[in-house]
Amino acid sequence: MTDNNYVIALIGSVLILAGIIELLRRRQLKEKYAVLWLLVGLVLVVFTAFPALLERISTALGVAVPTNLLFFVAILFLVGVVLHLSWEASRLENETRKLAEDVAILRLELAEFKREQDRAPELEQND
Amino acid sequence: MPVSASVLRPLIVVPAWNEEQTVGETVREIRTATPEIPVLVVSDGSTDLTVHLARLAGARVLELPIRLGVGGAMRAGFRYAVHNGFDAAVQVDADGQHDPRQVPALLDELGDAEVVIGARFCDRGDAYRVRGPRRWAMVVLSKVLSWLTKTRLTDATSGFKATGGQALPLFAEHYPDEYLGDTVESLVIAVRAGCVVTQVPARMRPRRGGDPSHRPLKSLLYLCRAGLALALALIRQWDVTPAAQKMRPVGEA
Repeated sequence: MTDNNYVIALIGSVLILAGIIELLRRRQLKEKYAVLWLLVGLVLVVFTAFPALLERISTALGVAVPTNLLFFVAILFLVGVVLHLSWEASRLENETRKLAEDVAILRLELAEFKREQDRAPELEQND
Repeated sequence: MPVSASVLRPLIVVPAWNEEQTVGETVREIRTATPEIPVLVVSDGSTDLTVHLARLAGARVLELPIRLGVGGAMRAGFRYAVHNGFDAAVQVDADGQHDPRQVPALLDELGDAEVVIGARFCDRGDAYRVRGPRRWAMVVLSKVLSWLTKTRLTDATSGFKATGGQALPLFAEHYPDEYLGDTVESLVIAVRAGCVVTQVPARMRPRRGGDPSHRPLKSLLYLCRAGLALALALIRQWDVTPAAQKMRPVGEA
C-alpha cells in the first residue's frame, strides 16, 4: 500500500469510529448495539493502522490471500448482524401488536364506561 | 398528616416483573409500615398473578403491556407521580430486599437533597454480602459517582431511592431504561441537572424469592457491563434543563 492510501484509509476508519462514538453520545444508539459497533470500529482502526497484522493472522490460519480472510470474516459478521436485526424487528412487531390490541380494548372499555355514565342520570330521573 | 417535614405527598413505587411470590407480602408490609403513603406497583409486562395479587394487597397498579425493564417501569411510576401531583417517589423493590420501615428516613433527607439513596455497606451488621468482581465493580462505581456528586456514596447501585424536588419531573422525562441505567446513569443525569444527591444508611435483607447471582463468570460480565454503563453515562449528552422546566406538575389531582 502506498503512503497516501494508508493515510486515507486510516483517516476513514478513525472517522467511522468517531461517528459511532458521536451517535452514542447523542443517545441515538442503545447500549446493546453500542458494544458491537465500538468493537467493529476499533478492529477497523487496528487493522488499518497495522496491515501487517492481517497478513500474519492469515498465514497462521493458512489463508493464502489475506483479503479473503477479511471478506470471510466481514460476510460472517454481516450475516450475524442482519439476523439479529430481523430478530429485533420481529420482536418489535410483536410488541406493536400487543400495544394496538391494548389500545383497542381500552377504547371499548372507555366507550362502555361513557355509555353507562350517560345512562346513570336518566335512571335517577325515572326513579 | 404530612409524612415528613419536607415532603407533602410522597408515593411509593414498586417495579415488579413476575413477582407473584413476593409482591403481595411486600405491599402489605409497606402499607403496615407507612399506612399514609399510597403504593403504586408497576407491573413490567408480568405474565403471572403479580397484578392481581398487588391489587388484592391494596396497591394501585400500572400494567405495562410490554416489558420495558426496571428503568422503564420506574419512569412510568415517575410520570404517574408527576401527573397526579405527588412531590416525591420512593422506589421499593418487590422482592423484599428493601425494608419499608426505612422509607421515612429517606424522605426526611429530601429537604436537603433531590435524590436520596438507601445504601448498604454503611455498617457491618449487614445480611447482604457481595464478593468478587461484582464487589469491585460496585466499589469503582461508588468511587466515581462519589466524586461526581461531591458526596460519599457507598452503594451507587442501590435501587432503594427517594426522588423529590426538581429530580422528579427530570426523571419522569429522562429516566434511562438500559442495563444499570436506572442506578448509575440516573445519578449522572441528576448531577448534570444540578440536583443534590445524598445517601442514608439502609440495611438490605436477603431476597424472599430468587437469589443474587455470585457465579464468577456472571460477576465478571457484570463488571464489564458496569464499566460500559458508566463510560456511556459520562460521555452522553443530556438536555436536562428545559425538560425539567417543561414537566412541572399540573396541579393537585
